[in-house]
Amino acid sequence: MSGPTFGISSPGPGTGHRGRLLKTLHLDGPLLALIAVIAVFGVFVLYSAAGGSTAMWTRQLLRLAVAVVVMLVLAQVPARFLRMLTPPAYLAGILMLVAVTLIGDVGKGAQRWLDLGLIRFQPSEIMKLAVPMMCAWYLHDRALPASPRHTLVVVLIVLVPTLTIAAQPDLGTALLVAVAGLLVLFLSGLRWRFIFSLLGLAAAAAPIAWYFMHDYQRRRVLTLLNPQSDPLGAGYHIIQSQIAIGSGGVFGKGWMEGSQAQLEFLPERSTDFIFSVIGEELGLLGQLLLLALYLALIGRCLFLASRCPSTFGRLVAGSITLTFFVYVFVNAGMVTGLLPVVGVPLPLISYGGTSMVTLLAGFGILMSLHGHRQLVRS
Amino acid sequence: MRQVRVKDVYREQQTFGLRTIIAAAVVVLALGLVAGRLFWLQIVRFDYYAGLSQGNRVRIEPLPPDRGLIFDREGRLLAENTPAHQLTITREEVHDLDATLARMVDLALLEQSDVERVRQVLRTRRAFEAVPVRLRLTDEEIGRYAVHRHELPGVDLAPRVARFYPYGPVGVHVLGYVGAISEEDLQRINPSDYFGTATIGKTGVERFYEDELHGVGGFREVLVNAEGRSMATSGAVADPLRAELPAPGADLELALDIELQRVAEEAMVGRRGAVVALDPSTGDVLALVSLPAFDPNKFARGISTVDYRALTGDPDQPLYNRALRGTYPPGSTIKPLMALAGLESGLIAPGDTKFCSGSFHLPNSSHRYRDWKKEGHGTVDMRQAVMVSCDVYFYNLAVSLGIQRIHDFMSKIGFGQPTGIDVYGERAGVMPSPAWKKTAFTSRAMQVWFPGETVITGIGQGYWTATPLQLAHATAVLAARGRHFKPRFVRAVRDPVTGARTAREPQPLPSVALGNSANWEVIVDAMVAVTTGAHGTAVHAARGAQYSIAGKTGTAQVYSVGQTGKYDEKTVAERLRDHALFVAFAPADKPRVVVAVLVENGGHGSSVAAPVARAIFDAYLSGAPP
Repeated sequence: MSGPTFGISSPGPGTGHRGRLLKTLHLDGPLLALIAVIAVFGVFVLYSAAGGSTAMWTRQLLRLAVAVVVMLVLAQVPARFLRMLTPPAYLAGILMLVAVTLIGDVGKGAQRWLDLGLIRFQPSEIMKLAVPMMCAWYLHDRALPASPRHTLVVVLIVLVPTLTIAAQPDLGTALLVAVAGLLVLFLSGLRWRFIFSLLGLAAAAAPIAWYFMHDYQRRRVLTLLNPQSDPLGAGYHIIQSQIAIGSGGVFGKGWMEGSQAQLEFLPERSTDFIFSVIGEELGLLGQLLLLALYLALIGRCLFLASRCPSTFGRLVAGSITLTFFVYVFVNAGMVTGLLPVVGVPLPLISYGGTSMVTLLAGFGILMSLHGHRQLVRS
Repeated sequence: MRQVRVKDVYREQQTFGLRTIIAAAVVVLALGLVAGRLFWLQIVRFDYYAGLSQGNRVRIEPLPPDRGLIFDREGRLLAENTPAHQLTITREEVHDLDATLARMVDLALLEQSDVERVRQVLRTRRAFEAVPVRLRLTDEEIGRYAVHRHELPGVDLAPRVARFYPYGPVGVHVLGYVGAISEEDLQRINPSDYFGTATIGKTGVERFYEDELHGVGGFREVLVNAEGRSMATSGAVADPLRAELPAPGADLELALDIELQRVAEEAMVGRRGAVVALDPSTGDVLALVSLPAFDPNKFARGISTVDYRALTGDPDQPLYNRALRGTYPPGSTIKPLMALAGLESGLIAPGDTKFCSGSFHLPNSSHRYRDWKKEGHGTVDMRQAVMVSCDVYFYNLAVSLGIQRIHDFMSKIGFGQPTGIDVYGERAGVMPSPAWKKTAFTSRAMQVWFPGETVITGIGQGYWTATPLQLAHATAVLAARGRHFKPRFVRAVRDPVTGARTAREPQPLPSVALGNSANWEVIVDAMVAVTTGAHGTAVHAARGAQYSIAGKTGTAQVYSVGQTGKYDEKTVAERLRDHALFVAFAPADKPRVVVAVLVENGGHGSSVAAPVARAIFDAYLSGAPP
């Protein structure tokens, strides 16, 4: 598998001066390099998607810088502390979600933002990390695979924030939070019969979810089932996106040359639909390159996860990695017309603040869990 | 014995490894799926998408659905679609919007006063949409546009179908009208459903049944060049262009009889007021008049600002639907129902008499409540009291019943609540009670219910108000001897494609059951006396009728001048006159039609309102019974 392949090229203990520095800082060289390459790739694409606007570009670089600092700081926190901080972080997240529901600002018809005077942020972003960590915290000192009773507790840990976020309504984030938590269960070795009954339950819950969905959410699902049913409304995004990608061909129309993107036919081109800009301007090769980079990054992270010294670390690191993959797949699937339009950004590339910080914070936690060996072992 | 499970770190690590490998396999598969999809889009279908995006662009052209037609109960066409030419602007094809709009004003294709509105509408629509800015051009304007077309890129002439109402103002307050889609309308519709549709139902049946009438829009893809003009569709790219035909809206069959409506409007000519005619056995609205009226075709054509101001500024308020939204004191028209409430309570019998001296006063009070007849009616029983409309008899009755009992009985008949007719904006009126007074007034002193207020409730004055529709509806309950139907405008829906007619069942409301059902006939008999008895108040209007009429006249005091009225001695004096009312049904034994007439400032119900009802009865009952 891809994981071990990248493990071989990783700097082992004591491989030179640079390796030692990284090790002291609990960082992983190959992972850092992959993140950097993808982020730089993203900044270039964003420059084009924003129509050559430097304002967007500099703001994104600034956010990237903030996110990198958060990542580096989190990597220094000993894994033990991360584990201890998990329950309070989870509870605080739940409280903030409730606060958002009660007093949050309404942006674009959905209640997501909490205004803390100086900064506005989405508590649901915290839950993307807090939920899998809480699941892992609950499971880490219990016999695995978890008994039905413990499994039920974990499902509740996932369900409470998921439903709150879905009610905001933010289907994309709710989905990612639920996936992150359930992946912990999967990685902990949840028995297949449970997995299949959970899947069955989800299928049974679908009609109920349908009942609670907002009109625009239903429309997106229907549009997926029959993409051409609503070419003027929800289907417009998908049709324009496919024209952009398809017309790119093998080599693309060239950077800053995509007519779909530059003539503003393509909606949300700097955020959720940036993958189509890559397809139009850099072609199949550009997109395959990006997919390969993602694959390498996921492989490296899975390798690191499998080498984490503690159960808590393995579960959290594995879940963070696979959630990252879900981001990639849901976004790429959406813009290519494989999946419904769900508001999930392309990780490390899409324009936007909180998701970038959350992603790199996740990698920081992952490196901490992998890097702080001595402390955990004792 | 309970099995104790021990944590096995080595096995857990192995499980994790296995699960990680499974996950990694899923990752590779999923990303492979995306890569495969990209291969399909970018290599296999490259020519198709490249054609769509490069040089030529696909424009989606809407195919608006045909709006459903509206017929009356005899199948006469009341609202149809006729061809017209409209002017549209596609924003992305306009080089300089300000200059284009200014040029259109120069060419008299657009009024200066409409420029800001057009700009606003354009902002709310997508750049590639052809947004209608003028709904119907005259032949002369079409010619002027054709000559200057090259100066106006992005401005197009498009054929469309426009709503046309062949009967003009007749029945306008039933049909309502369609007009240009406003920003307010956009809030309650899905804009993509109205892509290419220029108008939407604004009031009446056109508004209430908007979803049924509108249909489902279609579209077709057309290739346009950089200037946005359509190009011949040929070659490889032409094939995959898609098209979807629109589905027309459903046709509606109204309960209305447009000829009866015309008779009612002609009988009311020159008056302000309302007429409602119902079929008591179904709730069908046979005619519904509110005067003055207006021509709905002005709106369908795209009304000019000047015309619109003239309508909204008219002190007679032609846009106001008096039949549904006007609330008036019901006056003496409710006396038969009061008598029925008295009989039901057991407090009075039909033969009980009261002496009417021309006035009434409450015990321990010197305030005198006058009868309309100064010298009094002498000794009257219930039948005579209804026939001559004796106020003193009903003052007495109201005091014995008490306000709560009156309120409860009248609420069952529908007063104080909307009838639930299939149109928006109906008013509920007021059926007063001590509890109502507590919620209606904020000041403590005003919240107290005074005994004198019960007295005047007995003759339909005071706080009691009702719409003409409610009066007809309540009278229909009497006519149908307690059976009760929700009034309705639409009685069937027709599929325009298959022609299949789906009748809508009359919607029954809870019946009004009497302790003694013989009381219905006692009251109807008293109402027949109104039109036939020695001193009946409507004898004159009923003379020579081939059928028996049960009716009741009424006169309602006017309290204040309308707010929009200017002070002018002659008109104010006219506007302070009483409203004339008449409710009736015929034939009295087997009622086929119920009528409520209200003439604003008309004076006496007997001389002004009753003849209108008579005209309707003659017209409707001369035909064979259904």
